[in-house]
Amino acid sequence: MSVAPQGRRLLPVLPHGSGHLAPPQPFPQRARAAVADPQLRANIRRATRTIRDKRAAAVSEVDDWEQLREAGRTIKRRVARHLPELLERFERAATAAGATVHWARDAAEANRIVTDLVRATGSDEVVKVKSMVTQEIELNDALARAGITASETDLAELIVQLDDGEQSHILVPAIHYNRAEIREIFRREMADAPADLTDDPAVLAEAARRHLRRKFLSTRVAISGANFAVADTGSLVVLESEGNGRMCLTLPETLISVVGIEKLVPSFADLEVFLQLLPRSSTAERMNPYTSVWTGSVPGDGPSDVHIVLLDNGRSATLADTVGRQALACIRCSACLNVCPVYERTGGIAYGSVYPGPIGAIISPQLTGIAANKSLPYASSLCGACYEVCPVKIDIPEVLVHLRQSGVDGARDRPSAERTAMRTLSWVMSDQRRYENALRAARISTGPVAALTGRGRRRRPGGPAGSLAHLPWPLSAWTTSRDAPLPARQSFRDWWRARDDRPGRSAAPDPGTPAGPPDPGTPAGPPDPGTPAGPPDPGTPAGPPDPGTPAGPAALGSSAGPAGSGSGRPAPSEEHADE
Amino acid sequence: MRIGLFVTCVNDLMYPGTGQAVVRILQRLGHEVDFPAAQTCCGQMHANSGYRAETMPLLRRFVDVFEPYQAIVAPSGSCAAMVRESYPRLAADDPALAERVAALAPRVYELSELLVDVLGVTELGAEFPHRVTYHPTCHGLRMLGLGDKPLRLLRGVSGIRLVALDAAEQCCGFGGTFAVKNPDVSTAMLADKARHVLDTDAEVLAAADNSCLAHIAGGLSRMRTGVRAMHYAEILASTGGTR
Repeated sequence: MSVAPQGRRLLPVLPHGSGHLAPPQPFPQRARAAVADPQLRANIRRATRTIRDKRAAAVSEVDDWEQLREAGRTIKRRVARHLPELLERFERAATAAGATVHWARDAAEANRIVTDLVRATGSDEVVKVKSMVTQEIELNDALARAGITASETDLAELIVQLDDGEQSHILVPAIHYNRAEIREIFRREMADAPADLTDDPAVLAEAARRHLRRKFLSTRVAISGANFAVADTGSLVVLESEGNGRMCLTLPETLISVVGIEKLVPSFADLEVFLQLLPRSSTAERMNPYTSVWTGSVPGDGPSDVHIVLLDNGRSATLADTVGRQALACIRCSACLNVCPVYERTGGIAYGSVYPGPIGAIISPQLTGIAANKSLPYASSLCGACYEVCPVKIDIPEVLVHLRQSGVDGARDRPSAERTAMRTLSWVMSDQRRYENALRAARISTGPVAALTGRGRRRRPGGPAGSLAHLPWPLSAWTTSRDAPLPARQSFRDWWRARDDRPGRSAAPDPGTPAGPPDPGTPAGPPDPGTPAGPPDPGTPAGPPDPGTPAGPAALGSSAGPAGSGSGRPAPSEEHADE
Repeated sequence: MRIGLFVTCVNDLMYPGTGQAVVRILQRLGHEVDFPAAQTCCGQMHANSGYRAETMPLLRRFVDVFEPYQAIVAPSGSCAAMVRESYPRLAADDPALAERVAALAPRVYELSELLVDVLGVTELGAEFPHRVTYHPTCHGLRMLGLGDKPLRLLRGVSGIRLVALDAAEQCCGFGGTFAVKNPDVSTAMLADKARHVLDTDAEVLAAADNSCLAHIAGGLSRMRTGVRAMHYAEILASTGGTR
């Protein structure tokens, strides 16, 4: 929550959310364990590659995909601007249609409302439609504490629940398991699993189907989330692939749906956009097999006792941030997870939130408040692949940087080595003289440093500067797995000043460009004829030449050879100077 | 055309050969290249790490230094993207500055954009008889939309053998401070990138960003692969195919 600037009325501080939203240890630590697990890496790599290729194909079929995305974004922006009014409209319509609408500020309140509603039915068992929001508020745990057993009926959720594990993906929470592992979980935890169970997907699905069918037919209370809530009509919408949702939404007497307030769409017609965007982006299907829409309750048709719990849990606080609120447009398709190079290496559990991947890295810290979730905004290389595939055009990299900024701004009064370094660097770079002194210092100190810790500077004239194998903390994080480049012998600006085609300079040989690997060590050719002389730099005093700066290539410690490109990259067949 | 060269701080200190290559290419084409020595750094690392206040003096400095030029060229996709895509956002709450940024940002080009879109050339008379693979770095690819412009330029180089890189559009794991804040994930991404590079059997890996190349080359060097990384500008400026 940002503090209002001077002279403006302070808004009441909006509460942040709680629940399964923040990792108990920082992301880098959890990621370290994940990337070291070969089976996890193989499972996630295979699964994400398959689904992202399918998505690309499904999306490429639609001629007006880009217009659809723009429409999706526009509708969601309108929802964000008019959310209070839309929520009230939804409540009126849903109530008129026979549903009971409840409002929950946070996870605790939502869990209490749902628990009381289940208790009132006298049942100690519920079946669940796959729902991110109920995982977010940890509803199953709350129900268990009240003596109520909640059974997940989505196949992937069932697998995770049987294993007592954690969800690792928005669409496929069990994406980190392979078939053999699933078979073992079923044999171990599913009492009615057949003795001759194989790891064939159809066989596994059949075992789950039989197991679940008994629950569908015997359970009187169901709990769902919703993909969309239509303000005009009070309708809720669930999209699914397996049919388990349809069973839960139609067979029981009582249906309780927990809905994040951002799920609103203004009118039924808006579904036209989202029912195209969502299936292709999430399951790579042209159309999902089951789309269930229900409006209140109808006597003799489906559940008679229908409840809707509208949940905030940090969403209003997110809405108050005009940049960060983009995250509320998310329709939970998981396309960004499937293309994310970070997610592909770590899987979802490393994020420690029910919302993993790029979208999780911007949703989770906003729901909890950035102070409670510092590491997730940095769990990205800002490559932008997520923004490219997002069906509602959430600029995830923009929000990530914005959240990093909020974290930095929020800690301005606390000392930090990183801040000191950033400030110092900014101060150095803000002034030409300071900057040039720093360049020189880096270059001069490189020799001794390389001699002590590196693989040496190359002695051969014209060779590259070589590389370092060890750097001190914190840059040791770089050299644990990569060599580090050394500064070049001559900075670009020094080369520029020493060029032969500058007025007032005596001619010096053109330092040739290296012709390719490895460095030739001979001039690449004659100086370019007919090169127009550049004008003197405006605004740069010529000044005395810097002591310690070579006046030209000849001063570079070699009497033959050109300056070389001074490429600081390690080259093959590096000769170690000091070995 | 008088072109202002924004060489970038990384190239200034570490990879002057890339800046020299840009100068040589543009001068051969008959253009006047100017290097305003007051330039330092665009502030990308500060901005992407969340240090907005520390970014602003660098942004102002960039605008002051480069405003006089009709065209500004940077041999870096990510630095060009920083100016063109991120500066307008950073300057948004200062109307006077925002106006100057709005006028300047569209005149900032990554090298291949300047060559292909503005100057209309793809043949530079370069010669580079080596097996080369090209990695499209993320910010050039996605923020600037460079597409295949660098590749079109490389295809015009005589003697070059270009080999396609598998999973080319996946990030190499550099990501600025990401490489040290999340070293394990960064290294896992690097490992896959390096594997794809090795699969091509290329002698040279080319790209439009020396910072990303430093990361990949650092891994290739640590593993003693013998593969060399080069900014594609240095290939385009190459005229002698020795060895």
